[in-house]
Amino acid sequence: MLQRRHQFQVLVTALVFAANCAWPNDLSQPLTDSPGDPDRGLATMRDPAKASCLICHSITALPDRDQGRLGPPLDGVGTAYTADQLRQRIVDARQSSPKTIMPPYFSTEGLYRVGAKWSGTTIYQAQEVEDVVAFLLTLTD
Amino acid sequence: MKPLIATLSLLFATAAAAEDALAPISGYAFMEPSTRELQDDDFLNPAFFLIDRGLTLWDQPAPNTGLSCRSCHQTIEDDMRGVAARYPHYDVGQSRLMNLEMKINSEIVEKLGSTPLAYGSEDLLAFTALIGLQSRQMPMSVDVTDETKDWLVRGQEIFETKRGQLNLSCEDCHQNHWGEKLRGDTISQGQINAFPIFRLTWGEAGSRHRMFTWCMESIRSEPYAPGSDEYLALEFFLAVRGNGLPMEAPGVRR
Ligand code: HEC
Ligand code: HEC
Repeated sequence: MLQRRHQFQVLVTALVFAANCAWPNDLSQPLTDSPGDPDRGLATMRDPAKASCLICHSITALPDRDQGRLGPPLDGVGTAYTADQLRQRIVDARQSSPKTIMPPYFSTEGLYRVGAKWSGTTIYQAQEVEDVVAFLLTLTD
Repeated sequence: MKPLIATLSLLFATAAAAEDALAPISGYAFMEPSTRELQDDDFLNPAFFLIDRGLTLWDQPAPNTGLSCRSCHQTIEDDMRGVAARYPHYDVGQSRLMNLEMKINSEIVEKLGSTPLAYGSEDLLAFTALIGLQSRQMPMSVDVTDETKDWLVRGQEIFETKRGQLNLSCEDCHQNHWGEKLRGDTISQGQINAFPIFRLTWGEAGSRHRMFTWCMESIRSEPYAPGSDEYLALEFFLAVRGNGLPMEAPGVRR
């Protein structure tokens, strides 16, 4: 019974996402006028106060200890994906994988019970998204 | 259309079966050997100060009535044996679902004529640790009855709902990714058989409800209040999900 209700919810969520394919922002354009800076991007994606990507992902080229293993390694994503695709993934990974566990870094869409301190805010600012994209593009092998 | 629906429901049924098949594993299994040693040795276990405190409280007469727990329960070992392993459960006298903390407070109010202890206070932790210890190694065995089945549904819903700025559910981490690395931590199944625990990262002891708050705050979600119906429902669901696990109170965790 319980399981069935849950599956139903999942199904409905999936359908709603399918219907919403036209997302509000155009992510094929950079979010800011100043180009992303890969060094700042690395600092941002390491920052534990900003839901560090390394909680879940690993990058072989980095010396950081205790890299996460909940998501795929990010080695080579700079060749596997375009800037647009990476931007879309960071802004809101639910657009390409509706049931993802990857947090939306630049969207407040459909969030539930966000802590009062964080209400209405996003994990990243627009420029930080661009910086992280610039860093990811350097991961070519 | 029909074959598609059939295929879909078959797929879902398989997924559901896999989910149902979760064999409970204690958080103990995911701990470093050094942390296990702390829990295994009563003299090293930093939560054991709660047991001493609990023993004092057990004998302490209430100011108004002069009664103590011992007035009614002579030997803790006999009277409290296996009790903690059965909570939360439906309390016939109060006609509601109660966890151990709520039951202790209702005894303090109704039998001792005293004032209830604050949730998370050291004295309430001491009582739950002392009573918990009397169920050590006994399997958690929490019943679901007609009166409490809606609580279970509510608890499961809270467990499965994505929340907070990070948009994660308890289920995302503790059901679908246990055993995997989240930075330096290996995610456990989020079982509650060791509580109250001494948590090394807190540097102090805490209740099940405090742990729920910690996890909710890490995903930047507004927590519920300790002792709230939401946490009681969540605790009940987790207890039933973990039925059969040996009780470890008072436990030690990283
Ligand atoms: C809570 C876990 C989590 C966090 C935090 C997280 N991700 Fe992810 N990420 C995932 C998972 C899981 C996937 C793959 C499955 C999916 O799409 O959900 C993924 C996929 C990706 C992909 C596609 C990789 C591929 O091989 O297809 C990229 C790129 C990516 N993440 C980048 C990032 C960046 C950059 C950050 C931080 C700004 C980040 N992720 C934070 C869990 C996470
Ligand atoms: C982002 C991942 C994540 C989410 C989401 C999460 N937790 Fe946790 N939880 C952890 C980590 C990390 C720990 C500490 C290591 C461990 O035991 O897994 C932990 C520990 C626990 C423990 C202690 C386990 C033990 O053996 O003592 C409980 C209980 C728990 N979580 C319950 C919950 C509940 C209930 C929720 C939902 C409100 C939740 N968690 C959401 C990561 C998470």
